[in-house]
Amino acid sequence: MKKLWIIFLLISNFAFAGEAKPLGDDPALELRLKTLSQDLRCLVCQNTTLADSSAPLAEDLRQEIRKLMREGKSDQEVIDYLVARYGDFVLYKPPVNESTALLWFGPFLLLIVGGFVLFRVLKKHAGNEDIQAEDV
Amino acid sequence: MNRTLKFLIPLVLFFIAVGFLFKGLYLDPHEVPSPLVGKPAPTFQAPVLSDASKTFNSADMKGQVWLLNVWASWCGACREEHPVLMAMAKSGQIATYGLDYKDTDQEAQAVLDANGNPYKTIATDVNGKIGIDYGVYGVPETYIIDKTGVIRYKQIGPITEEVLINKIVPMLKELQR
Repeated sequence: MKKLWIIFLLISNFAFAGEAKPLGDDPALELRLKTLSQDLRCLVCQNTTLADSSAPLAEDLRQEIRKLMREGKSDQEVIDYLVARYGDFVLYKPPVNESTALLWFGPFLLLIVGGFVLFRVLKKHAGNEDIQAEDV
Repeated sequence: MNRTLKFLIPLVLFFIAVGFLFKGLYLDPHEVPSPLVGKPAPTFQAPVLSDASKTFNSADMKGQVWLLNVWASWCGACREEHPVLMAMAKSGQIATYGLDYKDTDQEAQAVLDANGNPYKTIATDVNGKIGIDYGVYGVPETYIIDKTGVIRYKQIGPITEEVLINKIVPMLKELQR
């Protein structure tokens, strides 16, 4: 039995795994790509970032971004490249413009309106303490 | 503030919210509006399907209204769309050009041989680079490009008979005038 084990161990020794292939030859560029693509949306599976998506288009786009980065393009230029083709939808953080104004400022508007209403109600009640909750 | 108003304002707000939500039910989140509509179509040169010695140059299309249909042999929805494209080709209303997206010539040709070829010419986009320039994120997608080379309409997903009658035909009539 012992002999069998030794033989087994010797054989298994040959079955070593090859070293994991690096994703790209330039680790700094890969890091930049990863950071940037975490803020970009994959258009195929829309709730996934470009960094996480395994869709073929996402792979193509990452490849394209690598190429642009090697050409010395800045992050902003890469973003502009994608926005020109796919629209603001590729950005996880929507830009502030006319069509998104309500999205960005709506909550503040609601806060102001709500605050105003609350102020009015409270003031009214401060004036005549006798009126009960039926007025709220 | 009187009592009726106190009732009415929240009620009206409620119905406005319901209205928006109701509209939302019929919006397809997969249809992302293209920023390219209204902009010049990206120009490209690409080998012609099954005849790589020839090159398709999109700049040659200037002066005519044309349709660029992005498709692939591996795309199921493209087969669904195929009869509509065939009918369009038969009617002779418009020249349809194909862009075979991330495909092999053999497989694409096999599909056309089996089902018929609605395209005037088919350009190939083996690595999907032209697709990226056109903002393609799923096939089929179709672009209507006017005489000056500006993209006027983008259809995401298959052209159905309904889309053809309600959107494409009226648009072509207007553009070809």
